[in-house]
Amino acid sequence: MNAYRYMAEAGFFLFVVMVAYGGFVAMRARYLMNAVLGLSLSLLGVAGLFFYLGSQFLALMQILICIGAICIIIAFGVMVGPKPKPGEERRVIGSRNRLLASVACASGFCLLLAYILRANWTPAMKRSGDFSVKYLGENLLYQFCLPFELISVVLLVAIIGALIISATGRRKRADDA
Amino acid sequence: MMPSDNLTSYLVIALFLLVLGIYGMVRHRTLIGVLISGEFILNGAALNFMAFNRFLAPNPAVGQIFALFIMGIAAAEAAVIVSLILMVYNRYRSIDPAEVDDLKH
Repeated sequence: MNAYRYMAEAGFFLFVVMVAYGGFVAMRARYLMNAVLGLSLSLLGVAGLFFYLGSQFLALMQILICIGAICIIIAFGVMVGPKPKPGEERRVIGSRNRLLASVACASGFCLLLAYILRANWTPAMKRSGDFSVKYLGENLLYQFCLPFELISVVLLVAIIGALIISATGRRKRADDA
Repeated sequence: MMPSDNLTSYLVIALFLLVLGIYGMVRHRTLIGVLISGEFILNGAALNFMAFNRFLAPNPAVGQIFALFIMGIAAAEAAVIVSLILMVYNRYRSIDPAEVDDLKH
């Protein structure tokens, strides 16, 4: 029994390493496509962490929506976007600015970390431990029906807006030529 | 207590994602890089909601539904921003945020 426990912990650390390594790849990438690959690796690690947080459904949705949709959209954006010029990668911000940014981010990290470690979280008095998809679906259709409909309207508007924006952009370029 | 069964470890990972996203927004020199960093921040927020949902919340469906909504918003945002970036490229011939500065002058 204990061996399974340690195997589960090893899996947890594997996912944490995936999140951290994907993040570093995305930040240090010279080409944007490498950054997209790092992002998808990191999102896969977050999906694994969702699995450890008791929700297989959310882990699957993370893989489907975030990796399957968002990363593909960004990859398309990289492919139809501009070709990287040879001199452009070297024109990344100067070392002084990068030092300032990393110092600011590191100090923010330490500040919030100190707050997290000192905080005293108390769980709710009465908790129902039902993580099943059935319970989630009932909540989504009864109590959270309005936000559910709203998010679908938001998605529809975003898709139509994206189509309109890209269509007018193409017409303008045709006029120029 | 094992680290995978502890609220603090998940909060630290979410904090790491947030800080990484902010650093990336400063460091990347293209609009698509900024979009990628924004995805990191959104995922940190979703992980935070799921962690509080697992360890503290009275109703375990609420945090999952909120994380689902964050994913939907992130998908809509990515679609709109990519089409905007393509239009910006058509207009300015560049996707460097420093060169898109008509409102500054």
